[in-house]
Amino acid sequence: MAVPPEGHSRANLAPLQLHVPEPKFRPGDAVDFASVEVPPAGAQRRPDTAAPADSFHELAYTLVRVLDEEGRAVGPWDPKLSPDRLRRMLRHMVLLRAFDERMFRAQRQGKTSFYMKALGEEAVAVAAAHALDYEDMCFPSYRQQGLLIARDWPLVDMMNQIYSNSADRLGGKQLPIMYSAKEAGFFSISGNLTTQYPQAVGWAMASAAKGDTRIAAVWCGEGSTAEGDFHSACTFAAVYRAPVVMNVVNNQWAISSFSGFAGAEATTFAARAIGYGIAGLRVDGNDALAVYAATQWAAERARTNQGATLIEHFTYRTEGHSTSDDPTQYRSAGEPTAWPLGDPIRRLKDHLIALGEWDEKRHADQDREVAEEVRAAQKAAEANGILGHGLHQPLDSLFDGVFEEMPWHLREQRQQMLDEEQASGRPWARK
Amino acid sequence: MSDLINQTAPETGETTRMNMIQAINSAMDVVMARDPDVVVMGEDVGYFGGVFRATAGLQKKYGKTRVFDTPITECGIIGVAVGMGAYGLRPVPEIQFADYIYPALDQLVSEAARLRYRSAGEFTAPITVRSPFGGGIFGGQTHSQSPEGIFTHVSGIKTVIPATPYDAKGLLIAAIEDNDPVLFFEPKRIYNGPFNGHWDRPAENWSKHPGGEVPTGYYKIPLGKAATVRAGEAVTILCYGTMVHVCAAVVADMGVDAEIIDLRTLIPLDIEAIEASVKKTGRCMIVHEATRTAGFGAELSALVQERCFYHLEAPIARVTGFDTPYPHSLEWAYFPGPVRIGQALKNLLKDA
Ligand SMILES: Cc1ncc(C[n+]2csc(CCOP(=O)(O)OP(=O)(O)O)c2C)c(N)n1
Ligand SMILES: [Mg+2]
Repeated sequence: MAVPPEGHSRANLAPLQLHVPEPKFRPGDAVDFASVEVPPAGAQRRPDTAAPADSFHELAYTLVRVLDEEGRAVGPWDPKLSPDRLRRMLRHMVLLRAFDERMFRAQRQGKTSFYMKALGEEAVAVAAAHALDYEDMCFPSYRQQGLLIARDWPLVDMMNQIYSNSADRLGGKQLPIMYSAKEAGFFSISGNLTTQYPQAVGWAMASAAKGDTRIAAVWCGEGSTAEGDFHSACTFAAVYRAPVVMNVVNNQWAISSFSGFAGAEATTFAARAIGYGIAGLRVDGNDALAVYAATQWAAERARTNQGATLIEHFTYRTEGHSTSDDPTQYRSAGEPTAWPLGDPIRRLKDHLIALGEWDEKRHADQDREVAEEVRAAQKAAEANGILGHGLHQPLDSLFDGVFEEMPWHLREQRQQMLDEEQASGRPWARK
Repeated sequence: MSDLINQTAPETGETTRMNMIQAINSAMDVVMARDPDVVVMGEDVGYFGGVFRATAGLQKKYGKTRVFDTPITECGIIGVAVGMGAYGLRPVPEIQFADYIYPALDQLVSEAARLRYRSAGEFTAPITVRSPFGGGIFGGQTHSQSPEGIFTHVSGIKTVIPATPYDAKGLLIAAIEDNDPVLFFEPKRIYNGPFNGHWDRPAENWSKHPGGEVPTGYYKIPLGKAATVRAGEAVTILCYGTMVHVCAAVVADMGVDAEIIDLRTLIPLDIEAIEASVKKTGRCMIVHEATRTAGFGAELSALVQERCFYHLEAPIARVTGFDTPYPHSLEWAYFPGPVRIGQALKNLLKDA
C-alpha cells in the first residue's frame, strides 16, 4: 500500500467543485459595466521601443488610452497625427461602417449567403492599417475587412467576392467575406480559426531570414486564442524574435460565449505575452489613436529586431456574430449601449472637432458621400451578378486550383461534370 | 416516398413528430436523465444551446457541470473529453462543424481510438463526438465537408451517420452508451427535412416522413445495423446520410426497382446486409457526398468485390462528390445530385 500524503486523510476533505464561467448579464438583465476598469487616458507610460519585454509587464494589465472624455489626445502614447491623417482614418472607419451596413442588408435581401460586420470595432483594423507600412503583410481574421478599406482596396472588388459573381477574383470558390488580396498585403482568410497565427509568424521569420525590412501583422478574436495555433505562434514568435505584431481583438464575445471561456476571468489576453516572454500591450480598442500608437510602437520593435508584440484590443462586438446569429438569445440587449469605451467613430470625430479640424456639417456631408460611394459600388458589383442568380463562373472552373497541374482523375471528373450538365438540360443557367 | 420501409416508429411507447435536431436533443435529454455520468460539452452548446440548437434546454435542465460551453479549441475539447472518460464519465462533445474537427485529429486518432488497446483495457474512451457535416447549405469550404472517410480509416473508432430523426435518436443513444469512441456525423442538410437533391424545389420538412415520427422515451438502434430503406431486385444502392433521400427520390423518379440500403453505421459495417442484397440484385451502386478518392466508397467497393464477385453482373458504380474542396457558388455542380446518380444508375442497369 502506498503511504497517503501527510497532513490529511481524504475522508476529511471537502468535495471539489467544477468552476464553469458565467457572464455577468444574460437576456433581460440590466447592464452595469462598473466592474470594467477604465483607467484615465494618458496615464500609461510609453517605454522605449528598445526596452526589454519584461520591463513593462504592467502594460499588459491596464489599458493604453489616448483620447480622453473631452476628445483630447493626451499622454505619452499620443501619436501626434496630422489632421489629414486623422480625417482619413475617420473616413475609412465611416466607410467601413457604411459598407458593413449595406452588405448585411444585401444578405438579408437574399443576394448572398453570409455576411459579418465589424460594428463598434472599426478602429481596430483601420487604425492599425494606417500605422503599418503598406508593404507589411497582414494575416487577418474574418473581421478585419477594415484593413482592405483602409488600404483603399476597391469596394466593388470586395462586393464581387461577397456575391461570388462573375468578377469575383476568387472564382466563387470561397464563402463571402473570406477575401484574399495579395496586392494589398492581405492574406487569404481561412474559415478555420487562428490558423493564420503561426502562418504570420512564419512569414515574419522568412522576412527576417532574408534580411527584408517588411514585418507581418496578424489578428484573431479573443475566443480564438484558445486554439493551439495561437500558442504555437507565440512560442515560435518568442523563440525566433519574429518581426510580427500579434493582435487579439477582445470584443468580449465569441458567438454566444463570453470572453471568460477563453480565460478572461483569470487574466488579460495581453498577459499571455508575459508567459512567452514577448512584449504585451493592452489598449482601448475603441480609441483609434491608442490603436495607432500601439501598432506603431510594436511595428517599430519588430523592425528593430526586438521581436514580437502581442496587443490586446479591448473592444465590444456591438451586433451579432454574423448574419447567422441572434445575440438577443444569449446576452443582454443593454450591453452595446452600456459599453464604457464608447463608439470609436464618435470618439475620433469628437477629437477632430475639438481640434477645430472638423465639424458636424462636414461629418454629415461625409456620411452622405460615403453612403453614395457604397451604393454606387454595390450597383456596379451587382451588374456582375449576385449569388444564386445564374451561373457566374464557368462550370469547369470548379476543378481549377486544386493543383497547379490537373492530374488525370480530376480531368476525368471534370468531363463527367460537363456531361452531367448536358444531360441535365443545363439547369445551372437558370435566372 | 411512400415506398420507404423500415423507417417507422417502434411498436411501443409514445411518439411525436420531431425534426432531426429535436430528435438529437431528445436523445441527449433521455440519456442524461438516465445516466448522471453523461456530460455534454462544446463551443456554444451551453446557455445558447448550440449554433444549430441541438443542445437547447439541456443546460437549464441538467446544470452547468453537465452541460457546458468550452473554449474554442477542438483539440482541447476532445482531449478533455478523453480525460473525463478516463475518470469514468461519458462525455458527448460537440464539434461545431465537421470542418473544424481537424485540430482534434491527434486526440481522436492517437488517443481516443487507441486508449483501450494500448492500456489493455485499463482505460477506455467512451466518448461520442457529435458533429454536423455535409453540404448543400451554401456554407462554402469550411461549413460543408464530409470527412467521415478520414476516420473510418482509423482503427478503434466507430462512425455513425443517421438519415432520419428516428434513426438519429436511436443511434445517438446507442452511441453514447457504447464504451468505445464514436463519431456521430449529423447530415445538417436534412436537419429540418429530407432532401431529394432538387435544390431548386421547395424544401420539405420531416412532418410527412415516416422517419419523423419519434418515440419520446428511450430506445436504441444498435450500431452496426443497416436499414433497408426500400426493398428491390434490380440493383443495390449503398448510401448514408443526406444521400439516402436523394437516392430514394431518384429511384422513385426513374421507377427503378432498386434496393436502397442506408448503412447508418460505417464502422462497424453491416456486411451481412450488404452481401445479402448484392448477391440478390447482382448490381451495386455506392453513393456518398464526400470526395471520391480513398473515400469510404472505395472500401465498400472493395468489400463487395471481395465477397460478391461471382454474383456481380456489372462493375460496381461509385457516385461521389468531386475531388476538390467544397466550392461556394458552384455548390450544386459539386453535389452528387439526381443527375449524377441517375446517369450512374442508368449506366449500371443498361444491360439488365
Ligand atoms: C477551428 C474552428 N472552430 C470553430 C469555428 C466556429 N467559429 C467561427 S467564429 C467563432 C467564434 C470566434 O470568436 P472570436 O475569436 O472571439 O472572434 P470574433 O467572432 O468575436 O471576432 C467560432 C466558434 C471555426 N470557424 N473554426
Ligand atoms: Mg470575440
